[in-house]
Amino acid sequence: MDRNQLRRQVAHMRSSLIEQNYLDQQQFVQLEDLEDDSNPNFVEEIVTLFYKDSSRLFQKIDQALHSIPMDFARLDDYMHQFKGSSSSIGAIKVKNECTQFKECCLAGNAEGCSRAFQRVKQEHEALKRQLETYFQLRRQAGLVQRS
Amino acid sequence: MGVGAAEAQFHVLAVDDSIIDRKLIERLLKTSSYQVTAVDSGSKALEFLGLNDQDDQGTIAEAPSVSLNNQHQDVDVNLIITDYCMPGMTGYDLLKKIKESKFLKDIPVVIMSSENEPSRINRCLEEGAEEFFLKPVKLSDVHKLRPHMMKGTSMEDEADIKGVEEIQSPEKTRTQYNGFDVVS
Repeated sequence: MDRNQLRRQVAHMRSSLIEQNYLDQQQFVQLEDLEDDSNPNFVEEIVTLFYKDSSRLFQKIDQALHSIPMDFARLDDYMHQFKGSSSSIGAIKVKNECTQFKECCLAGNAEGCSRAFQRVKQEHEALKRQLETYFQLRRQAGLVQRS
Repeated sequence: MGVGAAEAQFHVLAVDDSIIDRKLIERLLKTSSYQVTAVDSGSKALEFLGLNDQDDQGTIAEAPSVSLNNQHQDVDVNLIITDYCMPGMTGYDLLKKIKESKFLKDIPVVIMSSENEPSRINRCLEEGAEEFFLKPVKLSDVHKLRPHMMKGTSMEDEADIKGVEEIQSPEKTRTQYNGFDVVS
């Protein structure tokens, strides 16, 4: 496949991720716009950071979900942090699941929180897989800058 | 000097407990040719600014690295941009401490928050914040910062910004925002 075809594939995948609400158009496009010759991998770097940090927060949330009694304020706080990061990288579906979780915290709904957390993790994982493919495609297309 | 002088010209201190948001704000600011120092808490910010957390009486003892008598300042920050929601010291607490400090009160402060809460916004603006940005912060938000950094300097005419960036010498910019009157 030649470079132009690969680049078209990248553009197509980006549009598709946006259309499917995995990613917020404005936020994600801005992230890509922040890349330049001296920072060609900014998006992948910040996404990698996001997944590293979310792993840390998920551990805390998991622990808090298993504590008796459940500390909803603490859970809400952790999720608030995670929601903020999701929003910063434009992860809409993930962010929406975070909102659901926070509503369960507010309502003191323990079971609701556990279920909502499962959904957060699912969306988080789904996005991760999509982005891994996306970044691989970008690398193959030799993209260091958005064309 | 050209680009070198422009990049060294304005120094922004960014405060955010989120590592992702720190990376983002740093990139946004650097793209706009600002020098950036990013810290993860209000207390680290105060430490960087030379303000001891406990002594905020605005006395000489509070800022040992700042000399009242000469024009040189160890820490030169032209603007502080801080997250509102942080553990320990919130962005609002940090804003208050800065505005209460004789040495730091003239440094413009901008607050960022993921919550669009009018009462919060008003509280910050009333306390002296120049702007309140809703997260995620955009490049268009960062563009709003320059006029605040220009205020109180001799270069208040925004139309001259581009020209000034080319000819501005580092020594002159260093005395811009140090919280006390410096007559060169």
